[in-house]
Amino acid sequence: MIAIALPIATGCIALALLLNLWRLLRGPALGDRIVALDTMVINAIALIVLIGMIGGNDTYFEAALLLAMVGFVSTIAYCKFILRGDIVE
Amino acid sequence: MSVIADIVIVALLLLGAGFALIGSWGLVRLPTTMERLHGPTKATTLGLGALLIASVIYFQTRLGIWTAHELLISLFLFITAPVSANMIAKVHLHRARTGAANEPVGIAGPPPRPGEQGDWATFEAPKRETPASTANS
Repeated sequence: MIAIALPIATGCIALALLLNLWRLLRGPALGDRIVALDTMVINAIALIVLIGMIGGNDTYFEAALLLAMVGFVSTIAYCKFILRGDIVE
Repeated sequence: MSVIADIVIVALLLLGAGFALIGSWGLVRLPTTMERLHGPTKATTLGLGALLIASVIYFQTRLGIWTAHELLISLFLFITAPVSANMIAKVHLHRARTGAANEPVGIAGPPPRPGEQGDWATFEAPKRETPASTANS
């Protein structure tokens, strides 16, 4: 049963990543692109978790945790750059 | 391997993946930036949360190990998601105020001022009586 559900879930996440990519390329506003990048990081974390479950290996979660931190910091840095013209003042 | 654990894992997997897909679909379908902020929050909290809980149960029943990383990931995301959403909304307000190109106006028009006097907190200097503010110090 899980062997069927895991590929379905992976397909859903992959489709979600494609939808995010469409929004990232389409825009139109800068805020939309930042939201799309933020959501892409979330979906990449979900994909890593699913790959860890398929492989039966729990070391993938270190990568997911690191990606969560890097995604948050990059979103804040991008917003800060747009708002202030500089990242670290 | 109990059947109940299998059913719970499958339900959580499908719920999480479905909500991630719904969040991204909302990102595509909703018309303006402020509304597009609303869609992916479902993917962050419910979608990824359900997937991580499914992974905890899966590793407990399959390999017999407790993993706490998933709970760390969801805790971290629950803390950081409002902060990044706030920053993106500030970027949108800033770009709409400065008249940057390609900022679409929603059906409801541009965001109104919050009150008779004063402006959005993004545009105002910190008030003197605000605790822990660095205004006029």
